[in-house]
Amino acid sequence: MAAALPDDPIIRVRDVTAGYGETAILEHVTFDVRRGEIFVILGGSGSGKSTLLKHMIGLEPTLAGSILIDGDDIVTAEGDLRQAILRRFGVMYQSGALFGSMTLAENVRLPLEEYTDLDDGEIALIARMKLAMVGLDAYTGHLPAEVSGGMQKRAAIARALALDPKIVFLDEPSAGLDPITSAELDALVRRLARGLGVTFVIVSHELPSIFAIADRVIMVDRARRGIVAEGDPRELCDSSPDPWVRRFFHREAEPLPA
Amino acid sequence: MATLAISETADGGRVLALAGRLDASTIRPLWDEGRRAVAAAQGARVVVDAAKVDYCDGAGVAMLIGLMQQGGPDRVEVANLAPAFAALLGQFDAERLARDLDPAPPRRPAVEETGLVAATIWADLKRLIVFTGETAAALAWAVRRPDRVRWKDVWMICERVGVDALPIVALISFLLGVILAFESAVPMRRFGAELFVADLIGIAMLRELGALMTAILLAGRSGAAFAAELGTMTVNQEVDALTTMGLDPVRFLVTPRIIAALLMTPLLTLFADLVGLLGGAVTMHAFSIPFVTYIREINGIVDFGDFMAGFVKSFVFAVLIAGIGCLRGLQARAGASSVGDSATSAVVSGIVLLVIVDGVFAVVYYLLGI
Ligand SMILES: Nc1ncnc2c1ncn2[C@@H]1O[C@H](COP(=O)(O)OP(=O)(O)OP(=O)(O)O)[C@@H](O)[C@H]1O
Ligand SMILES: [Mg+2]
Repeated sequence: MAAALPDDPIIRVRDVTAGYGETAILEHVTFDVRRGEIFVILGGSGSGKSTLLKHMIGLEPTLAGSILIDGDDIVTAEGDLRQAILRRFGVMYQSGALFGSMTLAENVRLPLEEYTDLDDGEIALIARMKLAMVGLDAYTGHLPAEVSGGMQKRAAIARALALDPKIVFLDEPSAGLDPITSAELDALVRRLARGLGVTFVIVSHELPSIFAIADRVIMVDRARRGIVAEGDPRELCDSSPDPWVRRFFHREAEPLPA
Repeated sequence: MATLAISETADGGRVLALAGRLDASTIRPLWDEGRRAVAAAQGARVVVDAAKVDYCDGAGVAMLIGLMQQGGPDRVEVANLAPAFAALLGQFDAERLARDLDPAPPRRPAVEETGLVAATIWADLKRLIVFTGETAAALAWAVRRPDRVRWKDVWMICERVGVDALPIVALISFLLGVILAFESAVPMRRFGAELFVADLIGIAMLRELGALMTAILLAGRSGAAFAAELGTMTVNQEVDALTTMGLDPVRFLVTPRIIAALLMTPLLTLFADLVGLLGGAVTMHAFSIPFVTYIREINGIVDFGDFMAGFVKSFVFAVLIAGIGCLRGLQARAGASSVGDSATSAVVSGIVLLVIVDGVFAVVYYLLGI
């Protein structure tokens, strides 16, 4: 196996117009996500971050442009190829989207049962390990409705990691988590990214966590319908030419009119 | 690809030399072999040599932990794992993972189960009575303060309950009329009494079948829909949100639905009666009884009392079906399957109640000589 090149992109987004039906939310979006990096999508509430994510995982058809996941276009892929592309990534949705009638362990077991030939005890051990990674091994038998919102979110992360995918998409993983749990989650992400070369695409607002783990960020803006900044979070924070971007990083409200 | 080479040491222990890529697609045969080797070592030390492992993801780590659990952590040792993978392994506590920290509660003894079921039925009955009271109060309030009823909701629900149900009600009642007429006309003809089939259809449709079929369709369509709507709202805490805003969910959600059902069901029943009679007329026509004769025959046998007998029932059925649908929805607990349970139980208990109440009506009408 050849060693991965440091800037060999695993996801290429090319001139994509993202939106719903006829309505475009973001236009002419172009960026690369490199293999093994922690890539963060930033932006105001309602700016289209989840929308962009939904397009990258093939849930919504793009209005224009192409999205290559490890070389294959997820927009046009069909049948077996599409199935193979879907196997390359795990997703945690903003709302968690756990299956309500299954326990947390069963939620994590489901993809393992469907896609591996491991036996029952082995799958049970893996499911428990994934839940232990997010600190939930004492809640394996609980139903999603019986645990807190933050715990549901963590269980959803465990489910996204169940098959050890090469790419993991997380939509606001640390929203609703306390600072300690959120820091533990950062450590987990970093361990997987640095240790296994897993690529993370994370939608997040948590500035401390972004500074701690992000290799690169892009920033989207609803008003300007696209990417307004791209690069290292620290550099953007200190020296972005765009005042809006600097304000975002410094948590400043719109200056009041004199 | 991944391989496993097993060698025996002088003291009866084993060295398991792993090589290659450990992930969910490669570990299956290795895990079995490893398990057998650990068992064969019979208490002697086992060293898992991972020096040649060049990739080891969560599934690979699970296999290492599985082997460690099997032999006990002080007997099975993982050596030479690359630091990146060792960090993944290091985050787990093999002993803690061996235990199920959240086991399912043990089954209760049969006596306790029986008692619980009885208590559940009793609680359900009490809930039904309370709900009936709340609904009556909410309806009384609606009569006193009609300006406060959310009429926009009522009209929207009316459309779904009434207008949208017209095709299916028409289809079922028409078929009912046709079949009823046909099945009775064939034997009646042997006595030359086909004409009296008109009497049968007239009385059966107006007194009984029109109202009952409409109510059953209402239970299947709208009862289930109410339960699913309110169930989803309950699960999403929308009902809690109403309550904390100081808005009574019964007044806010149940009243418009019951009013809509009360307005629409009698009209649907009337419609079903007419279409059913029409179906009968079509069959009779095939048995060469002209339309005019059919109408005159029905006119002679059926009186206004017969019509009212069915029509009055339809109001009661409407309240029953809409009420039970809403109640089951509000009783939903959590999760998608509980919404499904609510809808099922709304239809089942709705139809059971229909049959009971219809029986009560039959007895009362008989005693009153209607
Ligand atoms: N299913 C949908 N159909 C049509 N428009 C939608 C849909 N989902 C979102 N939108 C619109 O797309 C825009 C972006 O929404 P999106 O959910 O991507 O925001 P976001 O950046 O993820 O915000 P947040 O941080 O609050 O989650 C919003 O203006 C929203 O109204
Ligand atoms: Mg979002």
